[in-house]
Amino acid sequence: MELSEETLSKIEDLIPKYPEKRSAALMVIHLVQDELGAISDDACSWIAEKLEVEPINIKELITFYPMLRETPWGKKHVRVCRTLPCALRGSYGTCKVLEEKLGVKEGHVREDGEFSIEFMECLADCGEGPVVMVGEETFENIEGKNAEKFADLLVQEKLNSSKDFVSYEKSLVTKPPSSKTTKKK
Amino acid sequence: MIKKKTPKERRIILKHADNPGYSNKLDCYLKNDGYAMLKKAFKMKPEEIGEEVLKSGVRGRGGAGFPAGMKWKFLDRKSGKPIYLICNADESEPGTFKDRQIMHKDPHQLIEGMMIAAYAIQAKQAFIYIRAEFFEGARILEEAIAEAKAKNFCGDKILGSSYSCDLVVHRGAGAYICGEETGLIESLEGKRPNPRIKPPYFPAVLGLYQCPTIVNNVETLCNVKHILEMGGEEFSKIGKPNNTGTRIWCVSGQVQKPGYYEFECGALTLGEMIYDVCGGLLPGRTLKAVIPGGSSSKILRADERFSGKLKDGTEFDWGIDDIPLDFDGPTSAGSMSGSGGIIVMDDTVDMVEAMANINAFYAHESCGQCTPCREGSLWMKKITTRMCGGGARKEDADLLLSVANQIEGRTICAFGEAASWPTQSFIAKFRDEFEDKAQNGSTKPPLQLI
Ligand SMILES: Cc1cc2nc3c(=O)[nH]c(=O)nc-3n(C[C@H](O)[C@H](O)[C@H](O)COP(=O)(O)O)c2cc1C
Ligand code: SF4
Ligand code: FES
Repeated sequence: MELSEETLSKIEDLIPKYPEKRSAALMVIHLVQDELGAISDDACSWIAEKLEVEPINIKELITFYPMLRETPWGKKHVRVCRTLPCALRGSYGTCKVLEEKLGVKEGHVREDGEFSIEFMECLADCGEGPVVMVGEETFENIEGKNAEKFADLLVQEKLNSSKDFVSYEKSLVTKPPSSKTTKKK
Repeated sequence: MIKKKTPKERRIILKHADNPGYSNKLDCYLKNDGYAMLKKAFKMKPEEIGEEVLKSGVRGRGGAGFPAGMKWKFLDRKSGKPIYLICNADESEPGTFKDRQIMHKDPHQLIEGMMIAAYAIQAKQAFIYIRAEFFEGARILEEAIAEAKAKNFCGDKILGSSYSCDLVVHRGAGAYICGEETGLIESLEGKRPNPRIKPPYFPAVLGLYQCPTIVNNVETLCNVKHILEMGGEEFSKIGKPNNTGTRIWCVSGQVQKPGYYEFECGALTLGEMIYDVCGGLLPGRTLKAVIPGGSSSKILRADERFSGKLKDGTEFDWGIDDIPLDFDGPTSAGSMSGSGGIIVMDDTVDMVEAMANINAFYAHESCGQCTPCREGSLWMKKITTRMCGGGARKEDADLLLSVANQIEGRTICAFGEAASWPTQSFIAKFRDEFEDKAQNGSTKPPLQLI
């Protein structure tokens, strides 16, 4: 397992912020997972050593928290909200459209590793549902025809240039989200 | 008929958030009197701030509605252990999206509220526990904290005083149970978020690292700033007795204009919210049901009557439209205002499907420590999903009810109630639809909810 200098130095800065090292676990895991895409057994042991706990203390987090991974998601990970407010606005249809157009079932990674879809619980933006996230960005009101257009742009890698779906957050972003989410295995 | 005036929002927490040109940067916040209240706080004694918060009557905005001033009073100050402050920014209750607005658009308001609170309780360190799906929110907060630190509004020797308090943004990892305060604390300690049993683990006595800890919601902590600005007495005049201040209501589901709206507590009714503020239902639809306080709260049927006696002795007899939007209104109607997430459902909704959707959420999110919750939530999901797939049986309604009744009151944390209240109330109010499923199977639904 190898981590970039940048990640290593972020980890070094992070740990002393906590009164107890173990508290930094989730944040350190996030940093490692952002770079490697998933937490391997090696990574588990490395993090455990860093935080002076046993590897199982890290493993039990990876296996509990929905956002922590033992195998990576696709290069572009698509989160679709499943919960009632979004469902009332058509999110089940949205998920189906995305599954068809991206060629992968929810909960899975496309064979070429390009896309993965996660049909997941409330994303806390229910007033603008159905809500879809691509990587770290939120897109709102993705339903029906809109969903098809959205999926097409996503497949053509033109989504970022489209203003139509960009959520209100976009205008607030001071620095565009870094594209560090998931790298190739 | 005289057309009623649309009730007017009164924005205190979201006063600036959506104003054109208002940004989440420090210079903008300072131009709008930002951090003036922090300066005022540092001229007061910490316990004086606590007194103001107590006088204000402000109740927690995270779900349970417990008075914040009282919670602060419970803090064990004699133990000699360090005290911690945690802002609960997990915002995971389905139907709730208010904290998101605050953190994205006005992060310095939260930081100022938190630093005032931290000084008031003399916290050694403060944390913002934010759900990890808020990537942007966490980044915005990090930047805001860096700005605030550079100007000495938090961190070392705040405003040149002898008081220091660091503020750390801590991200969760996608689990709803991290919103439960003791689960949150376990999570912040780097463990699985298994809630702790109360007693003895009341955070104010045995919280983070077994030290006295205050956990408050984002909106609650923002209110602290405004309480200081107005004084507790004045603040308590906003809204109604026992329901003071404003609330940010989040309306989702099948209305014309879903969104977040800030009103004085009790300034409007549920009917005014749905029809006047949110533009009513979608064309050609009629109201069927409302879940008034996030998916954990009990559902209200559009045609039921709610009657009884209020705390002050006055009798009430309400239709769904008459329920006052404050803390006590939805409670009097047999539900609760919870996190302020109002989910509106119209006549196109199949109630068994809606139930199945909700049950899938709780089955996914149970932490698994207590057998009734872990097994029961999964059973309820399995039964309702089977019912929607054409396998409904006559006895299902009673079976669901018996499972739910055996969860409630038999678990470590209130998730048990959160998971069973929806089922109990759906069966109580829409039993006919559950029985009809068994009789007539699944008719092709207009909406797919599961
Ligand atoms: C299952 C469950 C989930 C909860 N989720 C949240 C949440 O996402 N955000 C929140 O502020 N409070 C949540 N709460 C309430 C917290 O436990 C706690 O009461 C609250 O953070 C206290 O803050 P307040 O007094 O300012 O409301 C949840 C409670 C339970 C039982
Ligand atoms: S009630 Fe459910 S969520 Fe709460 S501790 Fe028990 S199993 Fe976990
Ligand atoms: S239900 Fe989809 S964001 Fe809340």
